[in-house]
Amino acid sequence: MKTRLTWLSGTIVAVLVFVLLSPYPRVQAQFGGIGAPPGSALTIPQAQLLMPEALQKLLITASAEKPLILQVGSHMMYAEGHIPGSEYVGQGSQPAGLQQLQNRVNSLPRKKSIVLYCGCCPWNRCPNLGPAFAKLHDMGFTNVKVLYLADNFGTDWANKGYPVEQGR
Amino acid sequence: MIMGIPQAALRSSTLVRLLLFLWLGVHAASASFAATSLLHKAAPEFVRTDLNHRRLDLRAYRGKVVLLNFWATWCAPCQLEMPRFVAWQNQYGPHGLQIIGVSMDDDSAAASSLVKKLKLNYPVVMGNEKLGQLYGGVMGLPITFLIDSQGKVQAQYQGETDLNSIEEQFKPLLRP
Repeated sequence: MKTRLTWLSGTIVAVLVFVLLSPYPRVQAQFGGIGAPPGSALTIPQAQLLMPEALQKLLITASAEKPLILQVGSHMMYAEGHIPGSEYVGQGSQPAGLQQLQNRVNSLPRKKSIVLYCGCCPWNRCPNLGPAFAKLHDMGFTNVKVLYLADNFGTDWANKGYPVEQGR
Repeated sequence: MIMGIPQAALRSSTLVRLLLFLWLGVHAASASFAATSLLHKAAPEFVRTDLNHRRLDLRAYRGKVVLLNFWATWCAPCQLEMPRFVAWQNQYGPHGLQIIGVSMDDDSAAASSLVKKLKLNYPVVMGNEKLGQLYGGVMGLPITFLIDSQGKVQAQYQGETDLNSIEEQFKPLLRP
């Protein structure tokens, strides 16, 4: 009985430790949060989250349908390093950037798989993704994912050894 | 007892230790990336024109302790740091501290406007991708390099950093 109780307690502790220390609760807490400021990345629904590992797997799987990957942050930082095959479409926080985004996707079928990313600064501070996501949503796109880069593109993509391309 | 759980349970749980070990391993690895590239190496030299149209040559600051701060107008955490940098420039400038800003904005007008608004008292240059790559790839802001009076990078701070800890690190490098 004592052994069983000990085992049970140990398992509960293990689960608690894992849940509290893993990065996912942090992600969950940041998504779709009540009271997220308008336009912030925090307004993006959790279901639209795409983790870097998942995108990388998708990109290296030959048989997988490749999404259209759009960077909606700084052009200079895109030039420094971006996901191969991704396109720069202007800053989501700027009207001109949103117009550029609209022009790029306007002729596409609304079921087109699109991945937005930025990585300019920590997720909860990103001014670009929220408006860009809302724009695509308002245009009727139904298959839009947003790459979750918790800290920035360098830390959460480039430094993980995922492919990076330079140039504008 | 910890949170009502018998010590025996904690001791016996190899799973706890395994999970902790894995978690620490993953997080230690991810935290180490940004800090390695330029540390204890000579800070890459560059010459650019600042927003006041003056020539800025990093080499000319040898003998001073430099905080080289990459920022942008759209970066909220960057703007939280800047008033403190202004205060440091006032307080520690006479002891050999020089703050230099590098705006990674695509548009210099936006940078100039914020520099005026925040009354920055240190030079700011416009960056570009080459300068960013020179500093190991500025792929996320803010990022600040602490460069000692010999021109070597002593520390690199990425993301929202405790400004008190930066201050504690550069103070011993300054003149009394």
